[in-house]
Amino acid sequence: MAYNMKEIVAEKPSRFTSGHRMCAGCGAPPVARMIMRALKPEDHAVISNATGCMEVSTFIYPYTAWTDSYIHTAFECAAATCSGVEAAYKSLKKQGKLPKDEHTKFIAFGGDGGTYDIGLQSLSGAMERGHDMTYVCYDNGAYMNTGIQRSSATPKFADTTTSPAGSVIPGKMQSRKDLTEIMEAHHLPYVAQTAAYMNFKDLYEKAEKAIYTEGPTFLNVLAPCPRGWGYPTEDLMTINKLAVETCYWPLYEIENGKYKITYKPVKKLPIEEFLKPQKRFKHMFKAGNEWMLEEFQKEVDRRWEDLLKLEEMSNKE
Amino acid sequence: MSIRERLSGNEASATAMKQINPDVVAAFPITPSTEIPQYFSTFVDNGMVDTEFVAVESEHSAMSACIGAEAAGARAMTATSANGLSLMWEMIYIASGMRLPIVMSLVNRAVSGPLNIHNDHSDAMGVRDAGWIMLFSETNQEAYDNLLMAHRIAENEKVQLPLMVCQDGFITSHSIENIELLEDAKVKEFVGEYHPKHYLLNKKEPMAMGPMDLQAFLFEHKYEQAEAMRRAKDVILEVSKEFEKMTGRKYGLFEEYKLEDAEIAIVCMNSTAGTTKEVVDLLREKGIKAGLLKIRVFRPFPAEEIAKALSHVKAVAVLDKADSLNGAGGALFTDVTSAMQVAKVNVPTASYIYGIGGRDTTTKDIESVFNDLLEDTKKEKIENPYRYVGLRKE
Amino acid sequence: MRQNEGGKIMTNIDKNTPAEKLTIAGNIYEAGNAREFKTGDWRSVRPVYIPEKCIQCGLCFPVCPEDAIPVRKDQKRVDFNYDYCKGCGVCAKVCPFGAIQMKTEGED
Repeated sequence: MAYNMKEIVAEKPSRFTSGHRMCAGCGAPPVARMIMRALKPEDHAVISNATGCMEVSTFIYPYTAWTDSYIHTAFECAAATCSGVEAAYKSLKKQGKLPKDEHTKFIAFGGDGGTYDIGLQSLSGAMERGHDMTYVCYDNGAYMNTGIQRSSATPKFADTTTSPAGSVIPGKMQSRKDLTEIMEAHHLPYVAQTAAYMNFKDLYEKAEKAIYTEGPTFLNVLAPCPRGWGYPTEDLMTINKLAVETCYWPLYEIENGKYKITYKPVKKLPIEEFLKPQKRFKHMFKAGNEWMLEEFQKEVDRRWEDLLKLEEMSNKE
Repeated sequence: MSIRERLSGNEASATAMKQINPDVVAAFPITPSTEIPQYFSTFVDNGMVDTEFVAVESEHSAMSACIGAEAAGARAMTATSANGLSLMWEMIYIASGMRLPIVMSLVNRAVSGPLNIHNDHSDAMGVRDAGWIMLFSETNQEAYDNLLMAHRIAENEKVQLPLMVCQDGFITSHSIENIELLEDAKVKEFVGEYHPKHYLLNKKEPMAMGPMDLQAFLFEHKYEQAEAMRRAKDVILEVSKEFEKMTGRKYGLFEEYKLEDAEIAIVCMNSTAGTTKEVVDLLREKGIKAGLLKIRVFRPFPAEEIAKALSHVKAVAVLDKADSLNGAGGALFTDVTSAMQVAKVNVPTASYIYGIGGRDTTTKDIESVFNDLLEDTKKEKIENPYRYVGLRKE
Repeated sequence: MRQNEGGKIMTNIDKNTPAEKLTIAGNIYEAGNAREFKTGDWRSVRPVYIPEKCIQCGLCFPVCPEDAIPVRKDQKRVDFNYDYCKGCGVCAKVCPFGAIQMKTEGED
């Protein structure tokens, strides 16, 4: 069925409600809400949430913003917790202890801290074991919940509170880890990278595919953070767009090993367009720091070229 | 009719798990508890249980998966030892804080470092205030029996707390002993089915667990947890009584062995109690009134009852198989002396650290402790209360 | 009001509720009850909806982090739900028709 955003929003209930306490303009709620909308209305879901911004502001006792069942245990184990819930479902279902006609889907949400870093082992384990679940990383590129500390998802040169742009060391000196590729190395049936762009079509369709593909699936979703990235809250969708149009955050999916880049910019924008509006990259635009921009561009280009090659190679007969 | 068998402590525990037939088992191998998930996987792969076995990539994930499974509405079990429990530590607190009646078999072993795979109680002592009910087992039979009673206690509506059954690594876990097993059907009937009131997989009532619980609520939630632990004492006794009716095997909060008229007594846990009983018999033959108080229920700590049981004794030695490294005796010693102080029981008491890292504790060692106590009874107060037994030193 | 667990009324849990009346472990059995928690007072600027300029293109529907743009079954939006709007301005920025204008709170 063709994607019809208006119809989806009008027809499908919001399963991530108002009344949560994420920051104004946060990039995570719109994507999480749209992912939840990809569920069939008749299906129940259990959400496993890693400690992080999303968790501490959507379930503050006695209020929860999730209309499905929800469990939070700790920072590094959203995937392991989810795998336990899924194992219970399998076992109880097998024993006839749950209604036959009811379907429950399992979705874990973690930030980049809880996914790229402290939760990577738990995620890798759960994916390898083949649990029927979707893990969603909402990537805002730093430990935002504790006050913008660098993570392995933080882009190179970014100014964070543990990689400050100093006079000797100009921000984070290491490149981002490529988690989407790490997840693909698990040979999962479905892995995708997406963002809230173009009416959320890419996001919604990938979420639907991930949730309804049997087995472990993974979504890496860009979730800009106005506070951590240093841009005005209203620019959320512009930042999303620039991340995609500069190929900083390519939109692609891998289905059973076959790569498909789901959006190829007609004209790739220079990386400055994405970096410039963000205070965390401000020092890169000072005179004498041109090398930083060059290096950043080179890395983006290299990764984009690699991705194009992967797409070509994996689709060869 | 019960079944007479010869099983190691690990086999006995795995057999109990098979008969309980939990919905989910998530475990990671670690000496000396490894055999439990090994045996159990065999049961799973041969279709002898309905369990989903989750072969997790770490103990942290083992406990996380157990939490997820139990929260989902299933019975979840695990087994671990030492560093495995240390790695679980964060989730141990979360399991009890979420009031999930997970049952664990803890095969006690020394926590690193340095690395040692043999028995002491430093693993259990590290989680003694983590909100888990802790039952200790002298023998394979007790490890088996405690596991069969575990769910009835943990899942009781007045309790709803996780529970661990401890036994000594290698000493009981790998030693084959005679054991009386119950028939599967009897276990099934005794343990019963698990029907939690609220659970994640209930589509009719979607629920949220594990909130951000701020200043206005955490204190009260913790108080409720403490209350549940207090209530667990009676529930343990009720369940034990029912178990006794079925099996003839009597269990209380602790076992008093020739303690009634004892003048000197040892307090200890797990397999050392067996060694101590032998020494008590030996001394009794010589006319020395020695006795033993063997702790079964370490958490909730039966403070009042212990103080009362020891009140007539002239000197007590509390044996800790883990050094609290605080310069003031072991953990069990602190609990026992505090219990006596509160109950205004004034019995001279000494702390003995023993058996660290699997150091053999012989009847000779135990006898030397009793001999010390005999000397202590002649003095006005205990001198040098922080003692070691079985340690080489100048 | 809805009753739960032994007659406890969820919405009545507050900082004066005694320990015995709280839900066990902080569980919540009314999924989605955060709707009872209003976040509108976070706002310093407010979006003003100008229906005459709105062509119901839908661009603003999914971007609101607060789900504060009510969309009817006929796929048309109505005025903002100010109970939750935190005033981030994302909606105004994505509107190509000037149908949403940001105004400082208190101003007309």
